[in-house]
Formats: sequence, structure tokens, C-alpha cells
Amino acid sequence: MTSESSKGISRRGLFGAAGAAVATGVAGYVVHSAVSGEESQAADNTGPVEFHGPHQAGIVTPAQDRLHFATFDVTATKREAVIALLKEWTAAAALMTAGRDIGQYGAVNGPGEAPPEDTGEAVGLPPARLTITIGFGPSFFVDAQGNDRFGIKAKRPAALVDLPHFIGDDLDPNRSGGDIAVQACSDDPQVAVHAIRNLARIGFGTVAVRYSQLGFGRTSSTSRAQSTPRNLFGFKDGTANLKLEDTDKLEQQLWVQPEDGPDWMVGGSYLVSRRIRMTIEIWDRTSLGEQEQIIGRGKGTGAPLGKADEFDAVDFNAKTSDGSLKVPADSHVRLAHPQFNKGAELLRRGYNFVDGSDGLGRLDAGLFFLAYQRDPRKQFVPIQQQLARADKLNEYIRHVGSGIFACPGGVTPGSYWGEKLFT
Amino acid sequence: MFTITARRATAACAVLLLAALTGCAKETPAAQPGDSTGPVTVKATDSECSLSRSDVKSGTNTFSVANGGSKVTEFYVYADGDRVMGEVENIGPGLKRDLIVELPTGKYQAVCKPGMVGDGIRGDLTVTGAAAAQVDEDTALKQAVDSYSRYVNSQAIALEQKTTDFVAAVKAGDVAKAKALYPVSRSYWERIEPVAESFGDLDPKIDARVNDVEPGTEWTGYHRIEQALWEKNTTAGMAKYADQLLTDVKTVVAKAKVVKLTPLQLANGAKELLDEVATGKVTGEEDRYSHTDLWDFQANLEGSQAAIQALRPALQKRDAALVTTLDTDFKAVFAALDKYRTADGFKPYTASEAEKKQLGTVVDALAEPVSKVAGVIAKK
Repeated sequence: MTSESSKGISRRGLFGAAGAAVATGVAGYVVHSAVSGEESQAADNTGPVEFHGPHQAGIVTPAQDRLHFATFDVTATKREAVIALLKEWTAAAALMTAGRDIGQYGAVNGPGEAPPEDTGEAVGLPPARLTITIGFGPSFFVDAQGNDRFGIKAKRPAALVDLPHFIGDDLDPNRSGGDIAVQACSDDPQVAVHAIRNLARIGFGTVAVRYSQLGFGRTSSTSRAQSTPRNLFGFKDGTANLKLEDTDKLEQQLWVQPEDGPDWMVGGSYLVSRRIRMTIEIWDRTSLGEQEQIIGRGKGTGAPLGKADEFDAVDFNAKTSDGSLKVPADSHVRLAHPQFNKGAELLRRGYNFVDGSDGLGRLDAGLFFLAYQRDPRKQFVPIQQQLARADKLNEYIRHVGSGIFACPGGVTPGSYWGEKLFT
Repeated sequence: MFTITARRATAACAVLLLAALTGCAKETPAAQPGDSTGPVTVKATDSECSLSRSDVKSGTNTFSVANGGSKVTEFYVYADGDRVMGEVENIGPGLKRDLIVELPTGKYQAVCKPGMVGDGIRGDLTVTGAAAAQVDEDTALKQAVDSYSRYVNSQAIALEQKTTDFVAAVKAGDVAKAKALYPVSRSYWERIEPVAESFGDLDPKIDARVNDVEPGTEWTGYHRIEQALWEKNTTAGMAKYADQLLTDVKTVVAKAKVVKLTPLQLANGAKELLDEVATGKVTGEEDRYSHTDLWDFQANLEGSQAAIQALRPALQKRDAALVTTLDTDFKAVFAALDKYRTADGFKPYTASEAEKKQLGTVVDALAEPVSKVAGVIAKK
């Protein structure tokens, strides 16, 4: 389980505190690391999130404000190369999440003749609650011809399914798939970008970036301590999300249990990513009443239609005076609700994105949807099938990118990401 | 005889004729206002639209339209801003059909559309008689609904006829004819799409693109046949989809004829049609095999305009400035589309990014004021 530091620690100040633990955790891969000079303004909420634990950080960690997500294709053909990379990545991730430079000398303390080990743009910035989370896609286990690429075909979990085609899917292969996914979340966009940039650099020759996505403005809450943010349609998003405080529910819905198998996934979770383009301009011309009918919630309060408070339970039977349902049959809230999905829930931690504008001058914007779950066959797939068939919101969104990844359980000090997959 | 010989350029000519001048068409004497009762006979050919008189009495009027041309034609009576007062669709060569329409005092345009595309051949029509009674706002809104219902009805009838022809061509294995009829029959669908869409699962059966289909469900409808015609240049195996299409279209038509609409639904329908243009047509995603998107584009626009114009009298009272804006912006989009016209329809839509952006920009400019109509209509 992750934990948050109660007070912020700057990159400089960290050396004595969390630094020791980091050094132990990655012993064997990196001897020590330098901390580049320069004072930083440490404030609350800027500190590190513990990297090690029974679960990977970045899943139930209270959703940070920024995202840099990337997927990689493995270009190497040797199992050993993949293992070596995962070891190096793990060490680097532990350092970066602790707010430290990577490598022995970091960004500025190395020899002048060599390029710096750390790219340096996070020097002086606090850890900013950086988390780095890894997952393995179906293609990591077997290639398109069904070949066992790295001797781990037999370890592919049954729950790591190839996602079916959903009605309306308009997927761009260049924004879909990937052998390995890395999700970097932070409250500082530069810290998140720094993480992916350094991992990509370490990976040259072994992996190549397939696509990456920047996100801002978390579109869900994963803790009751957080307020509910708004998505780009202006609606509160994540009101009824699974929260880290729901520990029993997380065991049922989020974390892979020993009986689920395989062993290496116990304590892990399955991630589904979807790049959902929103037709912003069309939405903005839609009347307030219709927007609320489509979502099933009030735009101002976030309350279910017919209720006053955001957290009031939805009354799916309530009728208006003319006999129609207050929360319409094709509203997003109804169709996505566990009551209409055999109790299935998801832990969402998606982000807004705006990648400038497209060739027609329209915002290339939407929601980079990220959802974790115990078994996509029982959760994301049937929920999305239902939404794709009937959700009124489909008129205003289009799924253009897709991915599914098995995110193993947490890393213990001295271990590396996915170690049990290779032993 | 009151003759109009060509599109647009002849408007001045028609006015001159009304003034009993003879410069435009010497062989035909100018119409004598109010010199007759009984049906107005309309002689339509591929290049003219002649009315036996251009001045009628207010009240119920009958126009008896004879198509002496080689193209299928339509006849409309438009009020200001191309508000449809009445129309007959789909008059084949050699056929004669009547339009019976209630016309209050005012200025109108009589329009023939040979080939059923474009602005048509237009001339003025004056209705005189007892001044029209002032209608209150509720009545104006009710009339808007009635007027638009007539429009939906006429489109629905033509949709069924043209789809029947299209299906016959597909089943006869006539690829060329099927290709020619594909965009024509779709035009009627696209004009009343929001109404058709309101009948739930019929829309996906008739108009789904390939990616709209869930695995395990069969892909049917227009685009299924479109793919075979353009990608494989064949109608082989398409007979069952053709039959199914006609069955589904007939169901939609039967429902569309009796559907009860509200003024707000008109306003929203007009907006939705432009949303369709903005998301599917400008981008060229709709007719991805045939590239006949611009036919659909035009039809969506016409459908949107018909709904807006039905509301026009009510809108005029509440927000005259909005009406002016709408007129200007509709014109701009039609003008942008005109660049892509051919004699019988539209060029294949293979526009560059810059051209797409240009079209998108005028559509956005129009969609914004159209989206305001519902709010104006809802105001008490």
C-alpha cells in the first residue's frame, strides 16, 4: 500500500531521509545517486510516495493532477535483455519517485566529457508525489504469429484478454496496444515527463516508444479526501469511483487474489486504457438540459438527477410528473452503474487531454481513460459493451485508442518489476 | 404564361415578366394577375418552370405539375427564407402530379428542381386576397410543426420510392444504376435523419458504418451495399441486404408519417443535422467507399433548413436578428458546397485538409446560431 509523506521533502533535503531506503531497495543495480544542487520550494503535497509495497503505487494512490503515459514495443529478442531493462527501470523508478536524479552522478555531477545520466529537467523540483506504474500487454507474451517471445507464454493470465471490438470503436493502431505500458503520475507535469523521458532513454536498443499521452486535470477521485474534479464536458467525474478507503471492495474489485492466478499477478491489477476523443464543439452547442439527461447528473452540483447532493444515491426508479424516468434509460450514469452491470466496478484514474487542435481547427481533446480492475472479462468488457450499445454519450465521444495491460503486484526492496514473471 | 428558364440569373427576368415587360421571353405573354381560377398548371422541363399564372388568391391552391423533361423533378412553393409551404417530390419524366397547398397572402417563390438537386429554377409567386389574420405565438408554433410534418411526410414518401428503385437496381445486378441511385436515395434519408433516428434500432440497421457493428451482429443497410458496389464493383450477395434495407426503410417511413413532433424537437433536429455534417460528412467518414458524402452533406443542410424555416414566423417575432444571421449563414454553407457541384450532383468527396477546414468553418459558423434556436423557442 502506498503512503504519503505528511510533509514535503525537496530533492536536496531528501538525501538523508528517504535516500537510504532507496539505496537499499535498488542495491545491485545502482550503487548510489547524486542529488543535483539547487534549492526547491518544498510545500505540502509535494513529497514522495513510497515506491515499494504489496501493490504498485499509482493505482490507489490519491490521483495526482498530471499524467505522462507511454507504451513501449520490445525491440530486443533476448529474454535477458528484457530482464536487464526491467531491473534498470525499477532502479530508476525508485530513485525518481523519491525525488532523486538517476544514475551514479545524476544530472550535473558527472564528468564533463559525458552526457549527463539524468536528463536534468526535474532538478530542483520536489518529488511531487510521482508514481510510476508498469503493466504488460498481451503482445509481450506472444507475438502476432503466436510465438512465445521471451519464454513466458504460459504465464499469460487468462484475464489478460484481447479486447473485443466495441460498437463505434474507431481505433488508431498508432495509439493502441504496446508490449509494456508505463504510467507516470505526478502533481507536477515536468516531473511526470521527466520520468517517461528517462525511462525511454534507458530503454533505447531494448524497447521503443509506441505512443505516449500527456494528461492534465485528473478526472476522478481515488480517495474520499479528494474533491471531485470535472472532465472537459464540464461534469464532475469520478463521484462514485472506487476509493482507496474501500479496502474490502478493493479486494473484491481491484486486486488480483491468490485464487485468480497466476502467482505473479497476485496483488496486481489489470489496466485498460482508452483514448476517448470528445467532440467538444458539438457538446458545447447542446442544451444544458440535454447534457444533464445524457450524463444523468446535474452539471452544477454533480447530484444524480432528482437528488440534491453529489453523493446522494441514484434513484433509478424515480419518475417525473409526465411518467418518464428522471435518470434516463440511456444515460451514462445508469448504464455504467454497478446495479446494471452485475455489481462490476472499476477504479478509474483517467485524465483530460488537449493535444492542440486537429486539421479542421477543432480541439483534439478528450479523456484519456485509465481503469484498473481485478478481471477485465467481468468488469471493463461487459460494462463497455453495454455503454457502446446504448449510451447517449456516444454521440459526443469516439474511442480512438486502446490498450490492456497486466500490472503485477508491488515491488519489494531488492526485487524488480515483474521478477516473478521471469523466475 | 410565366416562364422561368434558368437558375438564379432569371429572377430579374421573372420580375420583369410580372411587370408585363416582354424582354425575357417574347414568345410567351406575361401572366395576367388573377385572371383565372382553378389549378395553376406548371410545365416543368429540364430547363424551365412555367406557371400558367403567377398571381393567385389566398386560400387553398392547386398546382398541377407536368414533367415534360428527361430528369425526375420536384416542385416547391417557398415562403421567405425557403420555408416550405408545400412540395411534391419525385415527379418522373412524363408524369403529372398535384400539389394542394394553403397559401396566406404574401410573396412566395415557385421552384422546380430538375434532377432534384440544387436551388432549382425559381420564380416569384404572389398571393393576394384578404389579409392574413395575425396569428398568436402558440398558433405560429403549431403551424411550424404542421409545416415540418408535411415536409417529413413528403421526404418519407420519396425515400421509400427511391430506395425501392435502388434496391431493384442492386437485385438486377445493375452496378452502374445502383451507384447512381445510392446517393439519391440516401438524400431523403439524410434530410429527415433525426426523425428516423428516433425509431431506435432501425437507424443502425439502415445506416451503420462498419465500425458501428458489434462482433456477432450482422452488418446491414446502405453502407454494407456501398462497400460491395465501390470496393468490389459488384452486387453479388447483396440481394438479401437490399431486401432487408427496403423492409427497414418501409418501417421507418410508416412511422415517420405519423410521428408527432414538438417545436423544440424541430429546433434540436435542425442542430443534430448540422452535428452530423460536422462530425461525419466534413471528415468524409460517412460514405467512405463511394465518397458521396457531399450529397449527404447537402441533404442534412436542407433538412436542417426545413426545420428552421418551419419555425421562422415564430422566430421572427422573438428574435429577428437571429433569423437574419441564420439566413446569412445557411447561404454561406450552401455557397461553399456549390463549388463541388456537378450537373447531376456532387463531385466525389476527396477534399484536401484545407478544403475540409473551409467547409468545417462555415458549418461551425452556422451551427452556433442554430443551436440557439431551441432556447428562443422555449422562451415563454
